[in-house]
Amino acid sequence: MSTFLLEIVTPERLVFSEQVDRLKATGIDGELGILAGHIPMVTPLKVAPLAFQAGKQRTTYAIQGGFLEVRADKVVVLADSAEKASDIDVDRARAAKERAERRLNNRSQDHTDFRRAELALQRAMNRIKVSSSGENR
Amino acid sequence: MAKGMREIKRQIKSVQNTRQITKAMEMVAASKLRKAQEKAQAARPYSDKLREVVASIASGTKGIHHPMLDTRPVKRVAYLVVTSDRGLAGGYNANVLRHVSAEIRKRHTSADQYELFVIGRKGRDYFRRRSMPITEVVAELSDFPTYADIKTLAQAAVQGYEEGRYDELHLCYNQFVNPLTQIPTLTRLLPMDALETADQGSVKASYEYEPSAEDVLAVLLPRYAQTLIYNALLEGKASEQGARMTAMGSATKNASQLIGDLKLVYNRARQAAITQEITEIVAGASAQN
Repeated sequence: MSTFLLEIVTPERLVFSEQVDRLKATGIDGELGILAGHIPMVTPLKVAPLAFQAGKQRTTYAIQGGFLEVRADKVVVLADSAEKASDIDVDRARAAKERAERRLNNRSQDHTDFRRAELALQRAMNRIKVSSSGENR
Repeated sequence: MAKGMREIKRQIKSVQNTRQITKAMEMVAASKLRKAQEKAQAARPYSDKLREVVASIASGTKGIHHPMLDTRPVKRVAYLVVTSDRGLAGGYNANVLRHVSAEIRKRHTSADQYELFVIGRKGRDYFRRRSMPITEVVAELSDFPTYADIKTLAQAAVQGYEEGRYDELHLCYNQFVNPLTQIPTLTRLLPMDALETADQGSVKASYEYEPSAEDVLAVLLPRYAQTLIYNALLEGKASEQGARMTAMGSATKNASQLIGDLKLVYNRARQAAITQEITEIVAGASAQN
């Protein structure tokens, strides 16, 4: 099976750069599966897990927004942050989730606070999801 | 004479202590400089990538419009100033702040024609003392800030432009040339120069955009602007360490020189005291004969 180069880049550094077989990401319009030879494409990403497979090995990253660029020779993921399942602090993510939920239930807040809590909740759930999927394997 | 000698000795001791501190600071700054430079280097792929994509969209699709690319009549201007939290960095803060103040004085006549976003305690204190309109501040950053540290500020700065609160966003920071040289620079971040983004002709691939080129651009451009702000911050941090290293290096050198001079004075005084003592003894002895 042919492979392609996957690069995950955050503002701080190049997180990942290796050959992979396939990639599954969540774009703004829905899920995308990408194999080698995909047509060049650019799409923004949602706050969601990013899963890819190299040989038998599957890896999942928690991606916090960003976008995906598919080129003829490689695929680049530009994310605000990208964390491997093993690097995620689950307790912290759970605490963040509870905090965000509390804020969302508290209706008296203004619009921006609400929006912020919503985003925080998304990020926390994403982290929890990725870390739990990592444990199963 | 003996009293004068003790005085000099104390002074020497005091300068030696100062030298010890400046020397330590120089070495700390040197090692931090290396790390800060690495950080700035590591951040480059991200912004390069973004520019590449933005450029390819801008060049690939004709007639695309986005408020961040269009110049509009300038009524209000925002400045984002990057300074340090701590002093003892030579002219690091003074240079960039002088630069901004001069620009503001030149372009604006009243305080409601501009607003300020400030990174760093030194800048905050400076503008506060002069009661200039500060919109948002981030201070007490670590020496190696993460993107998350300034994300809120960067977002606010870009959003203000998008909402039309101001018509230009300028970025002021110390550009890092080498450890000895930092140039205070003032660049226009928004609206972006279409030319600057379009001249990257190397990217020829025509992309599919999901959902559409406009939508992708709408996500990309603010992000790109924020990344540039982050890069400026990293470069500013590297400059800060460089400036501190240079300043502390010359402080150490001055201290060494001062100690040398004082030692010379001290030895002269000591010699004079001994000579005088001998003269007194000789004079006393010859008086008895």
